[in-house]
Amino acid sequence: MVAFLTRRLLASLLVLLIASYIVYVLTCFSGNPLQDLLQSNARNKDQLIAQRVQYLHLDISPFLRYFLWLGGILSAFTGHFTLGDSINGQPVTAQLGTAAMSTLHLVLTATIVAIVFGVLIGITTALRQYSSYDYGATLLSFLFFSLPSFWLAVMLKQYIAIGFNNFLADPAIATTTIVVLAVISGLVWLAIIGGTLRRRLIVFVISGAATGAVLTALSLTRWFTEPKLGIVVLTLMGVATAFLVTALSSGLENRKALYSALVVVVIGAVLYYPLQYVFEYMNLWIMAVLGLAAVIVGIVVGLLFRGNDKWVSARGAAITAAALGLLMMVDRYMQVWSAYMNASSISGRPIATIGASTPGLSGDFWVAGVDQFTHYLLPTIALMLISLASYSRYARASMLDVMNQDYIRTARSKGLTERTVVMRHAFRNALIPIVTIITLDFGALIGGAIVTENVFSIQGMGNLFQQAINQTDVNTVMGVFLVTGIAAIVFNVIADVVYSSLDPRIRVSA
Amino acid sequence: MTDNSQDPSGLHHDEPRFRSDAILPPADTTEPLGLDTESVLVAEHSENAIEMKEVEGLSQGRIIFRRFIRHKGAMISLVVLLFVVGLSFSAEGINALGLHIPGWWKFNYFQINPIVNDTAPTLRLWPFSLGDHPFGQDEVGRDVFAEVMRGIQQSIMIIVVIGLVSTTIGAVIGAVAGYFGGRIDSLLMRTTDMFIIVPLILLAAIVGHYAQGSGSFVLALILGLLLWTSLARLVRGEVLALREREFVEAAKVAGASNTRIMFKHILPNAAGVIIVSATLTMSAAILLEAALSYLQLGVQPPDVSLGSLIGLYQNSFETRPWLFWWTGIFIVIIALTINFIGDGLRDAFDPRQRRILNRKAKAAQTAAREKPATAQPQPTA
Repeated sequence: MVAFLTRRLLASLLVLLIASYIVYVLTCFSGNPLQDLLQSNARNKDQLIAQRVQYLHLDISPFLRYFLWLGGILSAFTGHFTLGDSINGQPVTAQLGTAAMSTLHLVLTATIVAIVFGVLIGITTALRQYSSYDYGATLLSFLFFSLPSFWLAVMLKQYIAIGFNNFLADPAIATTTIVVLAVISGLVWLAIIGGTLRRRLIVFVISGAATGAVLTALSLTRWFTEPKLGIVVLTLMGVATAFLVTALSSGLENRKALYSALVVVVIGAVLYYPLQYVFEYMNLWIMAVLGLAAVIVGIVVGLLFRGNDKWVSARGAAITAAALGLLMMVDRYMQVWSAYMNASSISGRPIATIGASTPGLSGDFWVAGVDQFTHYLLPTIALMLISLASYSRYARASMLDVMNQDYIRTARSKGLTERTVVMRHAFRNALIPIVTIITLDFGALIGGAIVTENVFSIQGMGNLFQQAINQTDVNTVMGVFLVTGIAAIVFNVIADVVYSSLDPRIRVSA
Repeated sequence: MTDNSQDPSGLHHDEPRFRSDAILPPADTTEPLGLDTESVLVAEHSENAIEMKEVEGLSQGRIIFRRFIRHKGAMISLVVLLFVVGLSFSAEGINALGLHIPGWWKFNYFQINPIVNDTAPTLRLWPFSLGDHPFGQDEVGRDVFAEVMRGIQQSIMIIVVIGLVSTTIGAVIGAVAGYFGGRIDSLLMRTTDMFIIVPLILLAAIVGHYAQGSGSFVLALILGLLLWTSLARLVRGEVLALREREFVEAAKVAGASNTRIMFKHILPNAAGVIIVSATLTMSAAILLEAALSYLQLGVQPPDVSLGSLIGLYQNSFETRPWLFWWTGIFIVIIALTINFIGDGLRDAFDPRQRRILNRKAKAAQTAAREKPATAQPQPTA
């Protein structure tokens, strides 16, 4: 294994080296880095040109200049690592650092959401193959990956951002809208759950009525001007989570698992008011500690219920605790929403269409969080919808493949419940190929989403690269190239390792 | 990349999964088992038997063609795509390779016309009338319909060129690497890695910068030179499996040259993979071209493509949304139809793919499914 990985890494590094030479030379000849100076009217034009030629070594032929650049990297061994300076004289490493941070911020959320929902949709469509839900999801996923991302982004800006901001000025939902949404929700649930005509009708009525009731309540209480969950709704949602997690992971008949998850919800509800004081002093560290504490509490509660499968209870309780903690944070974020909306720099139009944060906005952890949310919401949706489509296709194909395997038939013939067959035998095995695809995708994501960053004016890797290529800023281009290339190599290797550790039939050999 | 993931799958040459599954009991003995998967399998088994009968005595190509034309989504898509292509080329005429055939539409994409109807679209569905500028005009009065039609022409030309170039290169490199193996293989595959290591859009942006000013045909050629990598890998995997087969052995014994074996014996057998992959490359290519042109790295003015039109007008969305709608809709239509056609081709070429059951078989399947619900299954002990 180690020998295999070393060989792979060395081969990839060699490939990267050659590729970097080609990219360097290609970029050098793709334009003139002195373009902007040649066209300028500055009095000291000649001096500026001479200056830039000197510090970028433009007097040396690109074929040789590459080795100066490479030397900068290799001097990492002597502690003078440098990627050179950009055309404006700033060190490339500094620029790359900030750009990579905002890119990661953007793509990480989008990818995680896309993975969760993509896998969910893929698995459920596979389980209900050839149903109307399956056909609908297939059609939608084809549509989404046929959408040009910039077009989708512009549409989102126009209709979602501006439309939602207009709606927030007077957050009353019209009766017709409520009826239409209720019918749509009824139809969607009917298609997802399926079954006999009678069951479908019941599902349609219940889900439609529930949607209608919630929307009416939200509209009448003008919830959108001052959104809140409050302890009652929070507890109810916690109980629902407890039931859902238990039903999926161990089955509701496992009473110990169910009770431990419910006990966690009770603990969470009791701690609701005390935690509000802690939240006042919130920062990232406290958040991490609180999250960890929630998971530990869950595990401890699960273990205290003892029994043969106490770790199953512990796992369910821990997941419930984490979900509850997340809900509490959402609740706290909602509490600052109206203050945020009425801030002078927002003035009632919270969903932003450009940039990564509101300039001149000061606030605590929570306000900053809400600000980030409003700025990253649309680019995240734009990125997410497209990768969601492909993940759901992969997950569906993989799940279908697994469901046709002999061991699934064996599991069924042993008399295992459908839940056990699906969750334990099929789902886990179906995840293996998806994991490798996701790993490779992560590597590619660091290169940035050029188009999305461009539309939403986020200063990430993609934008940095695009500006650099337009100015023939070779060092910056090479910096981006290097980061993406190394990320691709590293994630390739990770994909191999993960695959061979998840699937013992795969043996890597040198 | 991953050496282990390139396992020769050879899936197109396996016997269909259920066709050879002779150990399945006949339908009437399954009741005691009462498992719905079993009954479903039996239903599919008999379904496959019907299908077998249907294709008896037909050639492979004929079977694939029949499967393809039965794929509703693919057929509808094909018709729509042909309509769009026909519309664009007939409306704006052909103006390339020395040919100058005028189209039936009265405006062309660069002329500036007097503004009608405050630049809004004059298209009316009922009573149907096109008006002077059915898709509207831009702020100086260019006809959007003409621009969009020209954009479609350019985009179609670009993806066809990309498809041809990348498929040819990919197939040849994959075949050579897979057939000869050894040094040649690792050299070619490392070269492929070199292209894969760089995110495509970055590479395309650098190279697209080169193509600036030399027209969209050159741009398409250059993009084609970048997009062959995934096909090369697929073909390599396929060839690795095929070269071990008896017919290759037979050809060798008969004295066929390497080139002949590769191109006459092996590649035709990999046609399924190649055709499907080429289609999907083309649907990715239209989005890539659009994104590049949108970033002003692709097709340059005065010529237009669907992507460059959106990039050109991106700041006038609020005042003239029609500058966006039509272009975007046509990009979506083209990409979507090509995707569906690719899906249909994949289904047609993959014998493992179970056909969507027809109504009769579906009824049989439901009947089989409901049995265990009514009569409790008895374990056979």
